[in-house]
Order: sequence, then structure tokens, then C-alpha cells
Amino acid sequence: MSGTYLGMPAFPRAADVSTRDTRLRANLTHATHTIRDKRAAAVAELDDWAQLRAAGAAVKDRVLRRLDHYLEQLEAAVTAAGGQVHWAADAEEANRIVTALVRETGEREVVKVKSMATQEIGLNQALEDAGIRAYETDLAELIVQLGDDLPSHILVPAIHRNRAEIRDIFRREMGRWGRPAPEGLSDSPAELAEAARLHLREKFLSAKVGISGANFMVAETGTLVVVESEGNGRMCLTLPETLISVVGIEKVVPTWQDLEIFLQLLPRSSTAERMNPYTSTWTGTTDGDGPRNFHLVLLDNGRTDTLADTVGRQALRCIRCSACLNVCPVYERAGGHAYGSPYPGPIGAILTPQLRGMQGPLEESLPYASSLCGACYEVCPVAIDIPEVLVHLRERVVEGGPVTRGGTRTVVKPARGHAAERAAMRAAAWTFDHPGVLRRGMRLAARTRRLHPRRLPGPGRAWSRTRALPAVPAESFRDWWRRTRGESPSGPTGERGAGE
Amino acid sequence: MSSRDVVLGRVRRALAAEPRDTGRNEPPVVRDYRRVHGSRTAAQTVELLAENLADYRAVVHRSDPAGLPALIARLLADRGARSVVVPRGLPASWLEAALAASSGLTRIEDRAALTPAELDAVDSVVTGCAVAIAETGTLVLDAGPDQGRRRITLVPDHHVCVVRVPDQVVGSVPQALPRLAPDRPLTWISGPSATSDIELDRVEGVHGPRTLEVILLSASGQSG
Ligand code: SF4
Repeated sequence: MSGTYLGMPAFPRAADVSTRDTRLRANLTHATHTIRDKRAAAVAELDDWAQLRAAGAAVKDRVLRRLDHYLEQLEAAVTAAGGQVHWAADAEEANRIVTALVRETGEREVVKVKSMATQEIGLNQALEDAGIRAYETDLAELIVQLGDDLPSHILVPAIHRNRAEIRDIFRREMGRWGRPAPEGLSDSPAELAEAARLHLREKFLSAKVGISGANFMVAETGTLVVVESEGNGRMCLTLPETLISVVGIEKVVPTWQDLEIFLQLLPRSSTAERMNPYTSTWTGTTDGDGPRNFHLVLLDNGRTDTLADTVGRQALRCIRCSACLNVCPVYERAGGHAYGSPYPGPIGAILTPQLRGMQGPLEESLPYASSLCGACYEVCPVAIDIPEVLVHLRERVVEGGPVTRGGTRTVVKPARGHAAERAAMRAAAWTFDHPGVLRRGMRLAARTRRLHPRRLPGPGRAWSRTRALPAVPAESFRDWWRRTRGESPSGPTGERGAGE
Repeated sequence: MSSRDVVLGRVRRALAAEPRDTGRNEPPVVRDYRRVHGSRTAAQTVELLAENLADYRAVVHRSDPAGLPALIARLLADRGARSVVVPRGLPASWLEAALAASSGLTRIEDRAALTPAELDAVDSVVTGCAVAIAETGTLVLDAGPDQGRRRITLVPDHHVCVVRVPDQVVGSVPQALPRLAPDRPLTWISGPSATSDIELDRVEGVHGPRTLEVILLSASGQSG
């Protein structure tokens, strides 16, 4: 792993490697099951969860339908509060803006809050190319950074590492980046966390520039919100003199009141807590308290293209809680790296191909990285019908159709050459080679259907709409394959040998 | 064309099919979720706050105005604190007992010139709060005169936060937001700093204070 997702193999091939990694799978299974059981309990405490979820989806949809209006409102409010707003059409532009802003300060080091947006644009690499060192300060991101690795989970990016590996990484690498690990560091989580505390504290105390994302931006007030646990976020948001926040344009919510919805939905869905330990909000700059300079970089990078697709648009509601990862039987087997982007799991399977366009085998295979069991939709706090979007994107891969790329509408042909079909076949072969994944998905689907008897599953809806057919029952991967390929799935049923 | 125009232009093209007079035609967001979960008396709400604070490993104490200075003095002494940073607007009486001549405790007032390194050498911080949320066990600081700048409750390892009950306690997140001013920098605190990044084992105090002590201060509360 070399700190970039570029050149990742297509999903089935990457997943095939990770499913044979027993340590990775054991770590992941433990993690996902623990979080999802806790999450169910945290959600069950609120008897109005369904109403909160519907309101969360409605607010996000409203924002998306008038995104231009809310962005302009946000820009005006942030500016009035003493902040400076920059617009970035793509990753390269965002990196250029941030690099220039850091250069203006004369600093060569920055501290960073964990942020999906900055991973998406590859900011750390861009800064390094410009001679600026970016220190990740979230414990998991620190582990990933020191290990020259890639994040594999939205919430717990180093979930694929166990404590002994983390100790080895700290012992080996900390000294190259700053304060070395204490002598005789053991692999107890408390000692490892203490080592990270000591290592990072010297960075926090001297940092002049902080870089963050944001979970929410309030259009009417210009307020940004960051939700976290460790306090590293608070350090980066308050101690430096300059704060640069890179935020996707879809993160805006209309009103201050709307936070009452998301500050209930997010912690319970994400870390399964009633509330995460720390939430910081700031509106521009405040005299004598916190950074004197605040820059907001509004990032498009494929979001407007996603917005143009009325079915796929709902992916932009995502609040990055990671609940869908923890219930996904395919994610559990494949691991986060197989998705080839900072967005793994079910949300990655629909977001990455839309943000980047179906530009290669990975993007074309991602809509197949699912058993369509529907568990991701059931847990999603903003009710994104991920199966519906998956089926919609599969249709684009196989049949082509209208898409927007770089703001321009165009019609894609059915699958460049046979690439898509090959991608589909590889994905199918992989799924059928791992019967446990498939069985599990089907079991989950059956279970959730009993719980929600009136729900018409997403894929059924999508297909009935595009095919003018009456609504059909939940479609499993197997059924989809049979119908679109006109044949029964067949193939080897055992795990693939290592020599494959 | 500026990137602002590029992005906004793309947004508008993507939304060309949407009705533009959405102010009138847009279905309103249905807010039929609860303002608060369950009905409680003010005392029960305070009780729930105490439970949820403790559940997230904050240490909860109760006091009344007469007992408060002695309690604060004891909490600081138990930690062996030699220095304490306080916001400018903290009632002077709160620290009287702690600063008694024999204690050897130094009081440091929050001021802009205080550097992060100086703060790092401070043992404890004592503040008030703006609002506390019972359902989630959350304290909200809004940088008011008795809370000070955001950094003073972050860098020292021991935070003592005084909540006036029942006045400063609300039941739920929806009840908290209207009492908070968005133009002030807010810090919502639910338990001490924590991480679960290593095999999901929870460890307290990664970067923020490792110990959070909350004093529920009532006009006539039993001290403890
Ligand atoms: S798609 Fe839904 S469940 Fe998945 S991360 Fe986003 S908000 Fe959470």
C-alpha cells in the first residue's frame, strides 16, 4: 500500500485478496458486529427514530433541490462572520487553493482533523509535493499515516490493524515524524493512546495552521460543525492561527434548527453513542478565541455531476456515519481497501462511481459489490436507498445512458468494449465463489422484510420504474443475475485457491 | 469564469428540471419527531443528566452554594493540582477555599496572552456552562464569561464544570439549540475525551481532559 488509491485493482480482484486475509477478516468481523449491536441499542432509545430519519432525508433533499441558493446564503454568512470562502471545481483546484493558503502563512507544517474530503482529493500528497508536511491527528489516521497505509473504514480507519501491529508501527515510525514512542511501549490500548497523546501534543502546541473538514455547514448562520471523540479536532480547530476547512458542497443544511435532527441521527448511527464526546461549532472568527484567519474551501469534485442524476443524487444526503459498512456482508468479507477509495462499503459502491464517473474497471465493478440485501438502506439514518442506486448504476454500466461529466451532459455507450460485462462477471464469480456472503445477504434481506412488510425494496422500485413493470419483490443478486443474463448462476462453490 | 461561477453553473444545470419557486411549492419538512423523549419533572431531568454523565464516565457531584467552595477545593486537592486556570467571569467565591493560603494552588486567569505551552503546564480548569442536555449527558460551553476561551477546557487534563440545576438543564437536543447563539463558538462535551480506535477498546483522555468532573449546583442541593 502506498498512500494512494489510484491504480487499485477492480473490486472483485481486490476483494479476492482481502477475503483470504484471515486476520483482516477477523478484525473486521469483530468490529462491525460490535458496532452494529451497540448501534441498534442506541437507536432503540429514541422511539421517534423513524420520524427523525424521514426529517433528515427531507432536509437534505431540500438542500439538494436548491443547492445554489443555500451555497450562496452560506457564503454570505461565512463572509459576514469574518471567514473567506473559496470554490474548487475539482480535487486539483482544491489542493492548489489549500497549498497557496498554507504558503501564505509561511508555515511548512499543518495539523489535520480527520476528514473524508481531504482524503478524497489526496491533499496530504499534494502538500508533501509542495514541501509541506501534514500531520494526521486522529488516532486511527495517525496509525494509517505512520504505517504508510490507507484508511479502510469511515469511522475507524485503522480497523484492519490489531494492537500488536499498531505497537510495531509506533515503535518503528514515530521517531521519524516527531517524538518517538516511549521505551518499552506495550500493545495495551491505553499505552498506545498515551504514546499518541505525547507524540501529537508537541504538534498541537506549536501548530500555526490547522486543516479540517466539517460534518455540517449551516446556511443561515454560516456555522461549521465538527463532531469527534478524541479532542484532536478541538485542538486543530482552536489552537492554530489559521484554519482551513475543505468541505463538500453537499454538507450544507438550511437552518440552525436543522442541527437538532442531525446531532441526534449522527452519533447514534455512527459510534452508537447518545452523543460523541466533542462537538465544536464555529462561525467565522471570534476575537481572541480560536484562529484569527478562517478559510472555507467549497469542494465540487463530481458532486454536481452526482446531483444531475435524479436517482443517484440521494447519495449526497450521506452524513458519513458508516452504519451501512457495519451491516454489509460484502464489506465484512472484502474489507475497506477493496473499494479503492476513501469511501468504502455500500456508500462507497454508489458514491465513488458517481463522483469519479464510470471511468475504469474499478468504478464499473463497484455497483456489483453488493448482494442487494437491503440492510444498508435499513440502517441509513438519512434513508438513502443504496440498493436502488446500485441497480440504477448497474444499468448504466450494462446499457449506457445519459450521464453528466464535468458539468456536461452526455450519453455513455453500453460498457466500453466488454469491460463492464467482464467487471460484472468477475463480481458475480467472486460473489458465487463466496457462498457465505450470498447466503448471509439473503438471510438479512428476509429478516428485514419481515420487520418492514410494507417497504417496496429499492431495486424493485427502480426496475419497475425504468421497465414500466408492476412493482416486483426484493431482488437478490442471484435473481438479478438470472434475469439480466438469462441463465442460472453457476460456477465453483468453494473458496478460491491461493494460486488463482 | 471563476470557479464559483463554474460550480454554481453546474448546480443550476443539474437542477434545471426542478421548480425554481421552491419557497412556495416545496413541501415543508415534516418535523413530527419529538421535542423531548418522555415526560419528566425538572428534578427527574436533572437525575437523568446525572445518570447519563456518569454512564459516559464523567464524575458527578452535587452541591449547594454554601458547600461549593469546599467541594471545588477538595476536587482540586484530590488531584494534587498545583495550578488552575479559570475564566474571567467565574464567581470569585467558588475558588476561595481552594486558594486559601495553605493550599499552594496558583490561580491563572484566562487571557489572550496565555500560550498553548503555558496552558499545557496547568493542572486543572474550573468553569461554568451554558446548557446541559439530560438525554445525552452533554455539557455545552458557549465561551461565556464563566466559561472562557475554548482552549482552556481542552489543554489541561482535569476539567471541573459547574452546572446550575435545574435552570441550565434541558431535556433534549431540540430543547438545547434555541438556547444557544450560533455566532458564539460552542463546545459540546459528553464525557471525557475518548478513543475506540484500537480494537474498539475505549480509552479515555487521548487529547482532551482525561478527567471530567461535573458539579450539579442547586440552590438547596445536598452536597457531596
Ligand atoms: S450511506 Fe447512510 S448509512 Fe452509509 S455512511 Fe452514509 S449516512 Fe451512513
